[in-house]
Amino acid sequence: MHLNQKYRLYSILLIAPSVLAILVFVYGFIAFTGVASFINWTKMKIDFTFVGFNNYIRLFQTERFLIDLRNTLTFTVLFLLITIVIGLLLAILVDQNIKGESLFRNIFLFPMAFSFIVTGVVWRWLLAPGNEITGALGVNLIFEKIGLGFLANGWYTDPRIGIRAVVIAAVWQYAGYIMALYLAGIRGIPVEIVEAARVDGASEINVYRHIILPLVRPITLSAVIILGHISLKIFDLVVSMTGPGTGFSTDVPAFFMYDTTFRGNRFAEGSAIAIILLLLVAILVVPYLINSSKVEVER
Amino acid sequence: MVKKHWYIVVALMVVASILMAACQATPTAAPATSEKPSGKLEIFSWWTAGGEAEGLNAIMAVYKGLYPDVEIVNATVAGGAGTNAKAVLATRLQGGNPPDSFQVHAGLEVEKYSPSQYLVPLDDMLDPAVYPADLLAMLKYEDHYWSIPVNIHRSNVLWYNKTVLKDAGIEAPQTMDEFMAALETLKGKGYIPITMGTKEGWEGAHVFEGFLLSFLGPDDYIGLWKGTTAWSDPRVTSALEAFKKMMTYVNTDNAALTWDGAAQYLTTNKAAFLIMGDWAAGWFASQNFTDFGWAATPGTGGQFVALSDSFALPKGAPNETAAKAWLQVAGSKAGQEAFNPKKGSICARTDCDDAAFQAVPATYDYLHATAAEWKTDRIVPSIVHGAATIESWATAFKDTISLFVSSGDVAKTQTSLGQLCVDAGVCK
Repeated sequence: MHLNQKYRLYSILLIAPSVLAILVFVYGFIAFTGVASFINWTKMKIDFTFVGFNNYIRLFQTERFLIDLRNTLTFTVLFLLITIVIGLLLAILVDQNIKGESLFRNIFLFPMAFSFIVTGVVWRWLLAPGNEITGALGVNLIFEKIGLGFLANGWYTDPRIGIRAVVIAAVWQYAGYIMALYLAGIRGIPVEIVEAARVDGASEINVYRHIILPLVRPITLSAVIILGHISLKIFDLVVSMTGPGTGFSTDVPAFFMYDTTFRGNRFAEGSAIAIILLLLVAILVVPYLINSSKVEVER
Repeated sequence: MVKKHWYIVVALMVVASILMAACQATPTAAPATSEKPSGKLEIFSWWTAGGEAEGLNAIMAVYKGLYPDVEIVNATVAGGAGTNAKAVLATRLQGGNPPDSFQVHAGLEVEKYSPSQYLVPLDDMLDPAVYPADLLAMLKYEDHYWSIPVNIHRSNVLWYNKTVLKDAGIEAPQTMDEFMAALETLKGKGYIPITMGTKEGWEGAHVFEGFLLSFLGPDDYIGLWKGTTAWSDPRVTSALEAFKKMMTYVNTDNAALTWDGAAQYLTTNKAAFLIMGDWAAGWFASQNFTDFGWAATPGTGGQFVALSDSFALPKGAPNETAAKAWLQVAGSKAGQEAFNPKKGSICARTDCDDAAFQAVPATYDYLHATAAEWKTDRIVPSIVHGAATIESWATAFKDTISLFVSSGDVAKTQTSLGQLCVDAGVCK
């Protein structure tokens, strides 16, 4: 008994600093940002005049913000869908007991090692369209050389493509990571189940459809959460790759938040954007948290 | 048991390191009591490229010559028009971690820094006798001078490639109509008529401020920012229409380029025109490109859209003695004569010697001519570069024009521009 109490004291003592730090530096600052989004803070000097929802109302009247929300939606949907599909396909391919498996695995995983800044700069060059005088550049030049010149386009400089060009870079970076997740999942499936299906005469396609895919479903959920919160908060990739783009066609709320807060000095409105972003991420993450805590209780 | 103890040790080490990091006090330099400055001096600016960086180094060399005991820390944050630097600076000032001195555009931009709270007034360090009255008027905010100007830049300059213009058989255009005709001719000749980089988002607005002036004239242009000219004025509509038309002659990859990236089309004889502030002259020089000519942005001849870089002294600067000495150098004749020829700007002081500019032949012709025009032209403050209005309005203005570049919706843009004036509390 005495020993147990001692350990209890230890654990409380050990956990206290990080709990305190998280309380202050995470939840404290979230609360402060929440307060800041309801006051009239438009200069460097803070002004605590309460203005209600004015900052939010103003935001939703700002065209740039509405474009940003649309861009985020487009980006999130495309990024999640394409990354997960490609990641899963790569995992299935790599899982076929091919020669040099670890080499391929590493090649696909490698982009993960870069920061978004590096990815952004590289893809900015690759997707630079060139113009009438310089002729095609980067990917457009490749298209032209292999006789697919009709595919050449303005990429991120074309407002009709805009944020979709950024999706290409983001997918390139994260597809390998999702592959690794799925590969781990597939490898974790007991061989007996798969073998049993084969013995029962299931075709390879059916093995995947009815055995493997249902068993890796939890992985898909994690992938959606991981990619989803990355995509809602995306900032560095956009900054280094395109900037806000023609008519804000590649702009995202995080970038607008930075502009509004630190360039425009409208700290209150910047806070309002931050709170909206927080809510968006919460919509995505909270169901997952509730779900996983339920699972833990069941165990 | 042994295993558990091991965990505790690791955990305690983590906690200890967190505490140590938290306790690490911000280094505070001892207040320099002696007259002779020493220690570190952190100068914060956005001059990272080409001629700008060379100019900054030159004025720092002057300082170093006078105060060899001071170690200068050149803190720069890249980004045209200081867009990124200002963001970093805002955080540092609010966090109580200011640099010793920082760059700010002369004009209403200083409002952004809530000067009465964050800056030291410099009335006793600025000698009004050596600066032109227009500049002094720009610098004064809430009855004080908050920064020391080092230079004057002109925003409304139309640069051109002489060889290209000669090949196309056209003269530098003076009026908007001549300009549009020239663009059409150049397009027919297979050149990029006008090159532009819009990646950072301020460049379109920079060109547009010249267009506004061109259609409204100086008094009504200034009136837009004081609430005496209505934004619904039909001449604003014309300016928007002209800007829209001009955008059809711009290189199609403008969104992928910064202004200097776009200017490379001009230096390589692929493009004819570029509308950019006269820091382009310094940049051309750094690229060893001399085949350029210049004129005022069409329709703005005899008017000088001015902006001025200046240095301010934040309250609580770690090394105030050295910072004050820096401001003295920045305001001195020697400092400005070292800085400006390389930066490609003219002196803020009126008494700089022409000889200093002859030392840099690449920009001499341009700066010599501009220094003369600075004395005779009508001075008009720049919007995008912080002189005409407060930063939050200027930022929203940039966003609106950036949207206009792609939407091309004249009526809607004009309405939004009017709304911005209301938001800023200037219009009703």
